[in-house]
Amino acid sequence: MTLPMFLLLASALFSVGLYGALSQQAVVMVMMGLELMINGVIVAAAALWWFLAPQQPDGQVLVLVVIAAMTVEMALGFAVVTLLFRSSDADMTDMAGKLRG
Amino acid sequence: MAVVAFVVLAFVAVASGVAVFTVDSMARATFALALSFVAVGGELFLLDLGYLGVATVLMMVMEMALMAVFMVMFMMNPGGLMPMSMLHNRRGAVVVSVGVFVLLAAGSVLVPWPARRNEPPAEPTRALGEAVMGSKMLVMMAVSAVLFATMVAALVLATARGRYDRADSPEWP
Repeated sequence: MTLPMFLLLASALFSVGLYGALSQQAVVMVMMGLELMINGVIVAAAALWWFLAPQQPDGQVLVLVVIAAMTVEMALGFAVVTLLFRSSDADMTDMAGKLRG
Repeated sequence: MAVVAFVVLAFVAVASGVAVFTVDSMARATFALALSFVAVGGELFLLDLGYLGVATVLMMVMEMALMAVFMVMFMMNPGGLMPMSMLHNRRGAVVVSVGVFVLLAAGSVLVPWPARRNEPPAEPTRALGEAVMGSKMLVMMAVSAVLFATMVAALVLATARGRYDRADSPEWP
């Protein structure tokens, strides 16, 4: 196992997630794309920690922060989706083109 | 052996990631994403990150269970019984994401990565725990404040009457 192998996996996950986030119309599917992108970031951060400076715990702490950020994104994303649906009956990104409530 | 495990898990992670956006049923998409996260947790195990791997798998499986509920709530066609396209700007998305992949892959292969500076600790989980309770404590304190703010903000956003209205006001739906 080498560092470029892990970074290639991370790039693939990130790009697939980016495709989903750009192309999906349903807000929930866009959030799944974002989750997949963060999944790639986790792989990249863990691999950089292991292959470059494993004695320093910074890389592990970064992975922990990324996992927490993913949870926060999920919770607030669903709150915003609920608000959007309640105020303008929108569950697709194209129906929420303006920010006015 | 480790390389075989890496390749298998990487294939599962990417293939189920692709499946998220290609299957018809939303339930299947959710479980495909959960499978992708489980495979990434396995990759973390290969890097001797047992705690972070288990944390990823447990959190993501729970999160995907919640996600399935929201899918049923918000999607027009959660079961995939009537296959229909829910995409926009497909060609642009393909071009952008393939371009990003080529860029990132070129970077990860061509950059002369430095050699490993020192050997990994005998127990990475112990090193993480000591860092979180010692030199990196500020990070965890910031994360806990962010998590609390998230709970408050999510409640304020999701409740029907918002921040200032009363339940008996005329605007009550």
